[in-house]
Amino acid sequence: MKTTKKLLATAAAAMLTAGVAQAQISDGVIKIGVMNDMSGLYADIGGPGSVLAARMAVEDFAPEKKGMKVEVVSADHQNKPDVGSTVARTWYDVDKVDAIFDVPTSSVALAINQITKEKGKAFINTGAATSDLTGKQCSPNTVHWLYDTWMLANGTGGAIVKTGGDTWFFLTADYAFGHALERDTEAVVLKNGGKVLGKVRTPFPGSDFSSFLLQAQASKAKIIGLANAGGDTINSIKQAAEFGITKGGQNLAGLLVFLPDVHGLGLATAQGLIFTETFYWDLNDQTRAWSKRFAERNGGKYPSSDHAGVYASVLHYLKAVEAGKTDDGTKVVAKMKDMPTDDPLFGKGTIRADGRKIHPAYLFEVKKPSESKGPYDYYKVRATIPADQAFRPLKDGECPLVK
Amino acid sequence: MTEIFGVPTAALFGQLLIGLINGSFYALLSLGLAVIFGLLNIINFTHGAQYMMGAFVAWLLLNKLGIGYWWSLLIAPVVVGATGVLIERFMLKRLYQLDHLYGLLLTFGIALIIQGLFRHEYGSSGQPYAIPPQLMGAQNLGFMFLPNYRGWVVAASLVVCLSTWFVIERTKLGAYLRAATENPTLVQGFGVNVPRMITLTYGFGVGLAALAGVMAAPIYQVSPQMGSDLIIVVFAVVVIGGMGSIMGAILTGFGLGIIEGLTKVFYPEASSTVIFVIMAIVLLIRPAGLFGTQK
Repeated sequence: MKTTKKLLATAAAAMLTAGVAQAQISDGVIKIGVMNDMSGLYADIGGPGSVLAARMAVEDFAPEKKGMKVEVVSADHQNKPDVGSTVARTWYDVDKVDAIFDVPTSSVALAINQITKEKGKAFINTGAATSDLTGKQCSPNTVHWLYDTWMLANGTGGAIVKTGGDTWFFLTADYAFGHALERDTEAVVLKNGGKVLGKVRTPFPGSDFSSFLLQAQASKAKIIGLANAGGDTINSIKQAAEFGITKGGQNLAGLLVFLPDVHGLGLATAQGLIFTETFYWDLNDQTRAWSKRFAERNGGKYPSSDHAGVYASVLHYLKAVEAGKTDDGTKVVAKMKDMPTDDPLFGKGTIRADGRKIHPAYLFEVKKPSESKGPYDYYKVRATIPADQAFRPLKDGECPLVK
Repeated sequence: MTEIFGVPTAALFGQLLIGLINGSFYALLSLGLAVIFGLLNIINFTHGAQYMMGAFVAWLLLNKLGIGYWWSLLIAPVVVGATGVLIERFMLKRLYQLDHLYGLLLTFGIALIIQGLFRHEYGSSGQPYAIPPQLMGAQNLGFMFLPNYRGWVVAASLVVCLSTWFVIERTKLGAYLRAATENPTLVQGFGVNVPRMITLTYGFGVGLAALAGVMAAPIYQVSPQMGSDLIIVVFAVVVIGGMGSIMGAILTGFGLGIIEGLTKVFYPEASSTVIFVIMAIVLLIRPAGLFGTQK
């Protein structure tokens, strides 16, 4: 009798402690999964650099001092939604991953957005562009940290139309991202009194764009809008120069350009290109210090804005886990929205109800070779778009979470 | 202006020319594959990686040693061809007695390793390679603006393709080669060093891939995945032309380039699949390919 009582008491105590642990950090470890294109055309934008950025955020957060244990895992989604979905399900169900970060390629990001919601985990996206993540498909489990198609369209498209580039032809990568970017940019062009003369959907990923560029040339549009990214953008810009399109008076608008793209193109080809980004290593002392630290550990390669986004978002996520004392996805994301953000790379900011992280955006122009002091000294700031104007107004997004 | 299916004829000529330019890369690459398959019976999946290595060797020569494009056209194929010789000597040679699949798996694995190494070293955005100064600029043909460099690519690849065809089909050396594949023992009996000939043939096929890589460097970004994007299409070209048929590979290469170019005008979304649709149809009607002979 006595032993039974004792047994029961022990069991109850055990269940109690187990219950407490459950309410806090599941299995005692916070597991962060960085998923992106590790080997294809977007690998320099995110890739292993994003994993490094996540690790740096964990180190700077110093979880062991706070009695927390954090692990970082990574995977390659090959830009394929089916591959990404399989990895996400395995991570959530088998490997006990608590949150997924980065995920460039909008089609993959939208798939993971759904799965994360289903499983009640957390998805903090920095790599993908589609504004649908905080629009029609917004989710209580998703934060969209870095940039989106609305921001790019508004920043770059708006600036170009206002300076006289009022007729457009789009070269659009034929998948969710390209379509969203084209749609949002077209809306900005039309709103500002411009016209769209034509568009062509290019297979993704592609290497030869000359045929499409000739169609753009034949349209006589003043601006050729490149609704693509990474290797696709690089090859389009290179080939446009080759076919004398820029010399013929037409201008290119790179709608999504990252630092590694400019590095790959070289200043001679990329000079004069105008585009919008939310981060550049040479913005202030803090971004310079962090980027130097990053480059030292990344084979001398400077961080893309995506890398910066992963660092800052992991840091904020861990702060929210610490403050909320839980790694339950839905609760952490709610906490992330409650807490103001503050990090060395993006400064002070907020996360809106629809999951949109708010910070300033910058209209950059690529320097001429004569203006650059050396490798990675590539951008000059043409304009700063204040945080409250950089992103789509909350009411226009049709996000069901916003009532 | 006259129009065909709503597309101005002038624009159509431009697209045909672009198709021809892309076709010349297909032709050059599928030629190397056809030579290797026709004479060695090896399905060389490393071909794309070797094409990429050609471009990288050109880039390294320029940036590390200051050696320009014209010398690279000669040096890169020799260097990459030499690595091909090593692969043949130490690895492929052991697989001749086995099923084709083993060679395919080996070359595919080697391709992945090479690409991984280059990506690790140089990243995925690639490196810029400038067009040689002699070929800068462009000609205004009235209906389009033809960059001189692209014109050069078409001409050079035609010359290379036709001379390769001539050497293999019309000279004594070519006759030895073909005989050695038919009956190695007999040819060896005549005092010809067959293993060395096979090794050099593989090296030559690989060199062709590297040559295409050097020619592609100024047009595309010199990046580790440039070959893997192309190799699948090139395999489809070889299958359509008929495995092992050299003239077949050349003609289909140019022909499919043009068909793909036209698809980009009329239905751009399908331009990455059209070659595979044609491949499926050809395989249904003529399983040995358009120019192949049933064995």
